[in-house]
Amino acid sequence: MIAPADPIIERGNRWWRIATNTTAKSCALMSRKPIGSAGAFIFLVMIILAIFSAQLATHAPNKQSASNRLLAPSTAHWMGTDEAGRDVWSRVVYGARVSLYVGLVSVVLATVAGTALGMTSGFIGGRTDIIVQRIVEMILAFPTLILALVIMAILGPSVNNLIFAVVMALTPRFSRVVRGCTLATKEEPYIDAARAIGAKPVRILSLHLLPNILAPIIVLASTNLGIIIFIEASLSFLGFGTPPPTPSWGRMLSGTASGYFQIAWWLAFFPGLVLSLTILGVNLLGDALRDIWDPRLRGR
Amino acid sequence: MMWFVSRRLVYLVPTLIGVSIIIFVLLRVIPGDVAAIMLGDYANPKDAAELTAKLGLDKPIIVQYGEWIVGVLQGKAGVSLYHGNSVAGELWKAIPVSAELAVLGVLLSLIIGLPLGLISAIKHDSIIDQVSRLVSVLGISIPNFWLAILMLTFLAILFEWNPPVYYQSLIKSPVDNLQQMLIPAITLGSFQMALVSRMTRSSMLEVLRQDYIRTARAKGLREQMVIYRHAMKNAMIPVVTVVGLNFGILLGGIVIIEQITGVPGVGRLTLQAINQRDLAQIQINVLFFGAVFAFSNLMVDMIYGFLDPRIRQS
Repeated sequence: MIAPADPIIERGNRWWRIATNTTAKSCALMSRKPIGSAGAFIFLVMIILAIFSAQLATHAPNKQSASNRLLAPSTAHWMGTDEAGRDVWSRVVYGARVSLYVGLVSVVLATVAGTALGMTSGFIGGRTDIIVQRIVEMILAFPTLILALVIMAILGPSVNNLIFAVVMALTPRFSRVVRGCTLATKEEPYIDAARAIGAKPVRILSLHLLPNILAPIIVLASTNLGIIIFIEASLSFLGFGTPPPTPSWGRMLSGTASGYFQIAWWLAFFPGLVLSLTILGVNLLGDALRDIWDPRLRGR
Repeated sequence: MMWFVSRRLVYLVPTLIGVSIIIFVLLRVIPGDVAAIMLGDYANPKDAAELTAKLGLDKPIIVQYGEWIVGVLQGKAGVSLYHGNSVAGELWKAIPVSAELAVLGVLLSLIIGLPLGLISAIKHDSIIDQVSRLVSVLGISIPNFWLAILMLTFLAILFEWNPPVYYQSLIKSPVDNLQQMLIPAITLGSFQMALVSRMTRSSMLEVLRQDYIRTARAKGLREQMVIYRHAMKNAMIPVVTVVGLNFGILLGGIVIIEQITGVPGVGRLTLQAINQRDLAQIQINVLFFGAVFAFSNLMVDMIYGFLDPRIRQS
C-alpha cells in the first residue's frame, strides 16, 4: 500500500487538482456534447451582454435624435437606428437585461415553488394530495400564455408583475412533474429506512428525497427557461410586459416601430434574431443537460 | 370504449367549473374600481355608482358568479359595455376564423413534421437527418411572432407581395382568404411542426430497436409494412402526448398571430377586450380558451385509448 500523503503537500495540491480536474472534465464534456456546448456558449454571451450592457452599448439606449432617424446599419450604428433615432444595437444589448433577468428569476422561483408544492403534495398523499391536484388541474386548464396575459392585464405592466405572472402560470406545471418524481421515489427502501429510524418528514423530504429527484428538477428548469423567455417576449410584444422606456426585445418588435419594418428591415430583424439566438442557446443547453442527467430520455 | 369516453367526459365538468371560478375571481380582484377605470379620468361619482349597479358589481361575488354562469349556460353571457353587442355573439362570429387558422396550422405541422421525423429516424445520422434536426430545433427556438414579422416584411420587400388587407371569409372568397391565412397558419404551426418531427424521430428510433420489429422483419415482411403497420402505431403515442400537451402554446399563439396579421378571430377579440377593459367579453373568451384546451386534453386521452387498448381498460 502507498503511504498516506503528507497533509501539507496534500492541501497545496488540492486546489490545483480540482482546477485541472474541472478543466479536463469540461473539455471532455465539450467534445462529447459539442452542440450543447455551443448552446452554453450562446447563453454565456447573452449573460455577458446583460451584465456589461453599459460598456458594450455604443450609444445611450433611449437617446432620441431626429437627425438620425431610420439609418441603415453602418459602422456608427451597427444595427441601424429606429424611428426615433435610437441606436438599435444599444437597445438590443440593454434588452438582454430584461429578458435574462425575468427568465432566470422566474425559472428559479417557479422551480422552488413547484418543487415545494409537488413534493409536499406527493409525499403527504391522501386527501391533501387530491385537493392540491384538483386545484393544480384547474390552473393547468388555462393555456399558459393566456393566463399570464390576463394576470398582466389585471396587475399592469412592470417587471415584478411580469415575473409574478410567469411564476403563477408555470408553478402548477412544475409541481405536477415534481409530484410524479416524488411518488416514484417515496416507495424506495431508503425512505422507509429513514422513517424507521424516526426521521421527521421535513428531514426525509430535504435530505433523502430532494437529492434523489434533483436531476430531473434541474432538467425541468433548464428545458423551461426557453419557454419563459419566449413568454416574456410575447407579453412585451403585446404591450403587457416591461413598461417603456426600458428596452425589451419583444417591445422593439411591436408598437410604432412595426409601421416602419418595410422601409427599415433592420428594425424587424435584429431584435428578433438576438431573441431567437438566446432561446436557441438555452434549448440546446437544456437538451444536453437532459441527455446527461436523465438517461431515460436520451436522444429525445 | 364507450364507457371510457363517457367517464372522460364526466371528468370535464369539474375542470370547467374550476376554470370558470378562477377566471371570474381573477377579474374581480382588479385593483381599483372597475367602473372608474372604464369611465376614465373624468367620471363623476354618480355615473360610477350607476355603472357599478348596471354591471352588478355591488352584489355579493357569489351572486354575481351565479348570475353569470346561468347566463353562459343559457347562451347569453351579457352585453359588452364597450360596443353594446352581445358578447356571446361577438365570440360566435370570431370562432370560425380562429378554428380555420388552428386547423390549418395543425394540418401544416403534421404534413411537414411527421414525414420529416419519419425520414429522420429511418435514415438515422444521414445528412437528411441532420438537416431535419436543425429545422426542428430552429422551429422550437424561433418565436412565432418574429417568424410572422419576418415573412410579412421580407415578402413585401423582396417580392412586393402583401396579403389582402380586409379579411375575407373562406366561403365568400376562398382565394383571398387562403392568401390571408397562409402566413398565420405557417407561423402558428411552426412550433408544433418542430415538436412533431422531433418526437416522431426519437420515438421511431426507440420503437425500431424493439424485438417485435426484428421479428416482423425476420418473418419476411416488407420494410414499408414493418414501418407503417408495426412501428408507427406504437411510435405515435409519445407524439400525441407532446402535441396535446403543447396545444396550449398553439392557443396562446393564436392571440399573438391574429394580432400581427389582423385576422379577426378569438385571439384578437380577447386582446381588444383586455385593452378596452371589457369584462364580460374577457370572461367569456378566456372561458372559451379554457374549454377548448380541456377538450383537447380529452381528445388526447381518447386517441391514447385508440392507439393503446391497455389504457381503455384501466
